[in-house]
Amino acid sequence: MRRGLSVFNVTSIALGLAFLYLPILILVIYSFNASRLVTVWGGWSTRWYVSLLGNEAMLEAAWISLRIAFLTACAATVLGTLAALALVRAGRFRGRLLFSGLVYAPLVMPEVITGLALLLLFVAIEIERGFWTVTIAHTTLTMCFVTVIVQARLLGFDRSLEEAAMDLGCPPLRTFITVTLPLIAPAIAAGWVLAFMLSLDDLVVANFVTGPGATTLPIRIYSEVRLGVKPEINAICTIIIGVVAAGIIVASLLTKFAGAKPAPIGGQI
Amino acid sequence: MNGRGNRPDNSARTRGPFAPWTDPDALPLVRFEAVSKHFAGVTAVDALTLDIYPGEFFALLGPSGCGKTTLLRMLAGFQTPDAGRVLLDGTDITDVAAHRRPVNMMFQSYALFPHLTVAGNVAFGLKQDGLPKDEIAARMAEMLRLLRLEGLETRKPHQLSGGQRQRVALARALVKHPRVLLLDEPLAALDKKLRGETQFELMRLKERLGLTFVIVTHDQEEAMTVANRIGVMNHGRLIQVATPSEIYEQPNSRWVADFIGDVNLIEGRIVKADAAGTTIASASVGTLRTAAVADARPGDAVAVALRPEKIRIARDMPVGDVNRVEGEVWEIGYLGDFSIYKVRLGDAFVINTAAANVTRLIERPVGIGDRVWLTWAADAGVVLTQ
Amino acid sequence: MTPATQPRAEARSWGQRLVILIPYLWLIAFFLVPFLIVFKISLSQYATAQPPYLPQLDITGGFETLREFVSELSFAGYARLVSDSLYLSSYGRSLAIALASTAMLLVLGFPIAYGMARAPRQWQGVLFMLIVLPFWTSFLIRVYAWMTILQRDGLLNQALLALGIVDTPPVWISTDIAIFIGIVYTYLPFMVLPIYATLERMDESLFEAAADLGCPRWKAFWLVTVPLALPGIIAGSLLCFIPIVGEFVIPDLLGGSGAMMIGQTLWLEFFGNRDWPAASAVAVVLLALLIVPLVLYQHVQARRLERGD
Repeated sequence: MRRGLSVFNVTSIALGLAFLYLPILILVIYSFNASRLVTVWGGWSTRWYVSLLGNEAMLEAAWISLRIAFLTACAATVLGTLAALALVRAGRFRGRLLFSGLVYAPLVMPEVITGLALLLLFVAIEIERGFWTVTIAHTTLTMCFVTVIVQARLLGFDRSLEEAAMDLGCPPLRTFITVTLPLIAPAIAAGWVLAFMLSLDDLVVANFVTGPGATTLPIRIYSEVRLGVKPEINAICTIIIGVVAAGIIVASLLTKFAGAKPAPIGGQI
Repeated sequence: MNGRGNRPDNSARTRGPFAPWTDPDALPLVRFEAVSKHFAGVTAVDALTLDIYPGEFFALLGPSGCGKTTLLRMLAGFQTPDAGRVLLDGTDITDVAAHRRPVNMMFQSYALFPHLTVAGNVAFGLKQDGLPKDEIAARMAEMLRLLRLEGLETRKPHQLSGGQRQRVALARALVKHPRVLLLDEPLAALDKKLRGETQFELMRLKERLGLTFVIVTHDQEEAMTVANRIGVMNHGRLIQVATPSEIYEQPNSRWVADFIGDVNLIEGRIVKADAAGTTIASASVGTLRTAAVADARPGDAVAVALRPEKIRIARDMPVGDVNRVEGEVWEIGYLGDFSIYKVRLGDAFVINTAAANVTRLIERPVGIGDRVWLTWAADAGVVLTQ
Repeated sequence: MTPATQPRAEARSWGQRLVILIPYLWLIAFFLVPFLIVFKISLSQYATAQPPYLPQLDITGGFETLREFVSELSFAGYARLVSDSLYLSSYGRSLAIALASTAMLLVLGFPIAYGMARAPRQWQGVLFMLIVLPFWTSFLIRVYAWMTILQRDGLLNQALLALGIVDTPPVWISTDIAIFIGIVYTYLPFMVLPIYATLERMDESLFEAAADLGCPRWKAFWLVTVPLALPGIIAGSLLCFIPIVGEFVIPDLLGGSGAMMIGQTLWLEFFGNRDWPAASAVAVVLLALLIVPLVLYQHVQARRLERGD
């Protein structure tokens, strides 16, 4: 691509970024609003954060969501990485077309359909709905994102590195652990983080498959938001945004420090 | 054709008497026994048989896609032949996994582990063998010294120059004292000058460590420079296996003659063939006489391969040489040390001659359009029946 | 000659088989089978039972019960989809909104991607990160952020009144405009990134070649840039279009209570009316509508990955 920006290019980028960031910025600023009315500025205050601490339902939902997201991320990373290995390394195998279809479909499948389908499955096999059904559903939903990221990394992987290891006397499994795994680790880590975030974020599927005692944070926020805008919601959203931003910055610094090429998150999706 | 080069090495090369392939009692280190390999319907290696002897520097030479890399990878253990056997020291290693074979490879891409340092890369293979720490350190230090890599131990591959990376890759393979070192286009990534130096360094290393090297290359000059013997491959078969000078001076087929260097191929029919030489009648050049003994009968279609530098070009009709033909200079290509003259005989046939630019100013230089005489000696041409 | 990339036909070890089998079985159990169940229930009838549909399939009952089961299946759910105009209008509305918003996303997203690709190398990482970052932030939060802004006395109207652009505050929330704003806002990165990925890889010399052959810059843009960016444009459009058709959260929070998108209808049938067969039928038809873009997307995605975009 030819480098060099015209006025038009700079304007597009600037307007695009303003469009993307202004609403978030406004939300963050208004979370520090002293006024009870969310649209009237009443001076700086942290009262909504304080009142959030007393909102046990919200804190409980956050704790459930974090636990589900953690388990989901771990399971999805293992399954997604295996699926990526199968797609890139296993060559032709029976049912490969169906397999790759099953891997890519959840990326774009409307959430209402996935949610409905999973719920009907859980009803059919008579599993008690709640924490574990949400975790299973989120694992299914997010493993495909892990696959896409790891697959991209594996496709760019120089196979002769593995051959070199084996040539130097390293058995196949140890080659995978000492050579392949460290080199695809950035993509696996990025996949883990992405799965964690997506699980933390999901409302629709969780709402279908959840049960009593497993109200996740988005479900809790959604039920409050439906009743209107509240300053307390601004506060919890700001905290989530802060945690996410910090996580992303730490992750990108880590990959930079490790001298590894960052995995193309999103670019593949 | 099976390319067992059992002919005596009567070349003028001064490599000494090393020629185990001429000794019927010599045991080969590596033996490919009628190996074949197919990929998705394409035959990469076709029932190929080849012996490589201890201490040899053997080059597999051929155009891309000829199967030379596949052959090397079968020896390394990355590919299993569909048919045939691979033997090392008389032991069948066809089904031995790559990591259990006492051969090591230097990869075209070098395949240096980017997450390990130079020391980590070089020690990698020794660690796989579970050697004691001090022995690993000693062997690594020796190898780093030999390849002038001291002081770079803690660098990562991306912090090295191209030449340094190439030497680390070499050190990593050599430090294991492989029975055979496999080199897959090892110098392709280096610039021309560094490539030349490294070729000689490879030869020195092979002598010093007393190892056997097998190199895959598409660069004929490289093969000529480093190898004791060259196996010329095409379409998964060995066309000719012989010393570099034999390959150049006595190609066994039109294909080899054409593939190696520049050549004039003059088609004709045998008029007379006996122990004293061969006489050929060609439509383009007339009657040719060569000292070469051809395995052919009168009337057989053959080709005479004539290297451009073996043809003399002169303005005046010379006397002496047995072969003589007159033509018109068509094009001249100046190459610095040499000039190539394309001389047209009759209407269509063009013959290439090369002449060294010995003097800077020739009194009457040969120019385009000049009538010239081309002459060559009886031993200049080779008769090709295949 | 790269034999390394050749699929190895040699016998697989158990380890290699497990690598395929574990994710395969997971996806079959938790993605494929659920869809078959949806299909089955879509042929059932609503009943006030638990679960709320008939007939129930009892696999232990043998062939006879299976035949009985099949005879009780009905297309009543599908018949209602056609007869009740609520469903048809929901489908139509979803497709229309998805199509229009995908077009808007393309018009807005392409210049951003193009600008990013033309930016100096050292900026591209930062720009990429800046576009990706909102994608990592909660979807729900991003929709919620607009609720504050678009309210009657919200910041948008405050700004418009202060600037004197309008005299009376226009209604934003609960309109289709709000839905479009929400969709474009949340899906913009999905459009920008695939296009950027293809533009960024484009060889600079192609433009020089076009210029060298006498092609003016604006023409080179249409004749070289756009055709080469087409895989990214298609991928980005499908990546937006398919989920937007089934979108629920955005129309629910930003849209009005009148006309519904199909995602809302499905949600209502399921959670409001507890009519599982109807909800399943809605889902099956929605899937049928999306099958062509889904297959197309899968094809494009596989091709892009193999090229390593």
